[in-house]
Amino acid sequence: MSIELDNLTYTYMPGTPFEAKAVDGVSLKIEDGEFLGVIGHTGSGKTTMIALMAGLLKPTSGRVLIDGKDIAEKGFDRKELRRSVGVVFQYPEHQLFEETVYKDIAFGPIKTGVPEDDIERRVRDAMALMELDYDGVKDLSPFELSGGQKRRVAIAGVLAVRPRVLILDEPVAGLDPKGRAHLMNLITHLNAEGVTIIMITHSMDDLAEYARRVVVLNGAKLVMDDTPQRVFVRENELKQIGLDIPEVADIASRLRKKGRKVDESVIRLDELEKAVLRLVRAKAGNEAFND
Amino acid sequence: MIKNVSFGQYFPGNSVIHRLDPRMKLVLVIAVIVLIFMMDTFIGNLVVFGFIVFVVILSRVNVRFVLRGLKPLWFIILLTFVLNTFFYSGGRELFSWWIFRVSEEGLTSAVRLAVRLIYLITATTMLTLTTSPIALTDGIESLMKPLKAVRFPVHELAMMMTIAMRFIPTLIEETDKIMKAQTARGAEFDSGSVFKRAAGMVPLLVPLFVSAFRRADELAFAMESRCYHGGEGRTRMKVMHMHWRDGAAAAVVAGLIVFAAFGY
Repeated sequence: MSIELDNLTYTYMPGTPFEAKAVDGVSLKIEDGEFLGVIGHTGSGKTTMIALMAGLLKPTSGRVLIDGKDIAEKGFDRKELRRSVGVVFQYPEHQLFEETVYKDIAFGPIKTGVPEDDIERRVRDAMALMELDYDGVKDLSPFELSGGQKRRVAIAGVLAVRPRVLILDEPVAGLDPKGRAHLMNLITHLNAEGVTIIMITHSMDDLAEYARRVVVLNGAKLVMDDTPQRVFVRENELKQIGLDIPEVADIASRLRKKGRKVDESVIRLDELEKAVLRLVRAKAGNEAFND
Repeated sequence: MIKNVSFGQYFPGNSVIHRLDPRMKLVLVIAVIVLIFMMDTFIGNLVVFGFIVFVVILSRVNVRFVLRGLKPLWFIILLTFVLNTFFYSGGRELFSWWIFRVSEEGLTSAVRLAVRLIYLITATTMLTLTTSPIALTDGIESLMKPLKAVRFPVHELAMMMTIAMRFIPTLIEETDKIMKAQTARGAEFDSGSVFKRAAGMVPLLVPLFVSAFRRADELAFAMESRCYHGGEGRTRMKVMHMHWRDGAAAAVVAGLIVFAAFGY
C-alpha cells in the first residue's frame, strides 16, 4: 500500500490574522513496507502532515493518494482507510476512555468493522505485542494503570486494528529506557512483517538505527528526503534549522575533523565500532612497524 | 478538524481603540448602549451610525469580523422586524390583508427596533473585538472593586474568569487532538441519528474531562509553588493607566449623550 502526497498544502485559519501555513507544497511518495523517519523542529508541520496523510484533515490544496486513489474523493472507503492506516499520536494515553482495558482496545476493531468473533483474538494479540498480561489487566479501568501501562494499552488499541501503515508521532517521548527499547523493537518487528512505518521523532539516534529513509521538514516545507546516511552528512544544514545529528555521526564527524579516516556513511553504533577498531589496529600496526 | 474557532473573537491590533483602557471601554460601552436607546429621531440614528462607523474605522478591524458578530442574531432581528410590522396596533393604515395590518407607525417602529438591535450588537462586538479577554477581566475586576466592601469575592471571581478563558484555547486544542485520535480509530462524530451521535461523544468527552481535571491539578500545584495565596496584597504586572485618549473617548461619548438629551 503506497501513500503519495501530491503538492500538499494546509493553511490554518485562512482569512484571519492567525492564518498560517502548516504544510506548504509537500510532495512525497511512500512505498509499501518502508520505514520512514520524519524530523523537523517544533512547529515545522510534522504533525499536520501525518494528520493529512491519515485523512484526518482536509488539505487546503493538493492531494493524498493511497494506492493511487485520492482519499478526498466521494467514492473512497473511509472505513477501509481507518482499517489500513493506524495512527499513534503523541501521548496516546490521553485518548483512553472506556471502563475497561479490554473495551478500550476493542474500540478500534469494533468501529472499523472487524467481525465480532475475531475481536477477542485481536485484543489478546495486541496486548501480547505490548507485553500486557491479558488476564491480569483486561478488566481493570485504564485510568488505574501506571503511565507506562496506559501508553501500552493505548498503542495496543491502535495495533488491534492491524493497520498496514502505522504512523507514530513521537511514540517514545516520556518513556523510560526499557519501555523505549521495547517499543522500538516492536516497531522494527512490525516493519519486518511488512507494515509500513512512518515515525516522527526527535531522537536522531533512533532514526540512524532503524529508519531506511528520512525526510526533513522546515518551515512547513520538505527540505530533505534521502537515506539517513546522506541526510546526516549534512550536519551544518541540519544544525542551522535547529536539528542535530545522531551521536554516532557526531563522533565520526569529530574524528574526521582530527584527520582520522572514518567513512561518512557511519551513523550506527556497530559501524562506528568497526571503524574505530580499524583505526586502533592500524595505529597499533604502525607502532609495531616503527619499533 | 475544528475549524476557525476564534474564541472571544479578539482581533489583535494596536489601534487607538485597542489601546483604550479596558475600564474606560467597559464604561463607555454601557454609555453607548444608553445612548442608542436615547436617540429617537432620524438624525439621532444617523449620528449613532456615524459614530459606530468612526469607531470601526479607527480600530482598523476587518469589517467582515464586525458583521460576523451579527450573524447569529439575524434571525432575532428579522423576527422583531416582522412582528413589529404586522402586529403594531393603531397608527395610519398603509394596507391590510386577512389578520395582517401594516401601518406607517408600525413600519417605522419595526425599522427603529431592528436598527437599534444592530447598533447594540455592533457596539458590544467592537468591545470584544478590540479588548483581549484577559484585559477585559482585569477591567471588570477593577470596576467591581467597590463590591469588596460587601464581601463579594471580586478577586476570586476575576481569577476564575481569567483561568477559564486562558484554558478555552487549550481545551479546544485538546478536543481537536482527541477527536483526531478517535477518528483514526474509526469513531464517527458527524454521522448517524441524534442518539447515535450523542453516544458517539463519549470517546471524546471522557478523555476531555480527565484532561481538564489533570490540568486543573497541575495548575493548582504550579500556582501554589509560586506562592499564590489569594488576592490579599497582590500587585499587578501591568498596571492600568488612563491616558489622554481615554479622556478624549469619554468626551466624545459624553458629547453625544448631551446631543441626545437635547431631543434628537
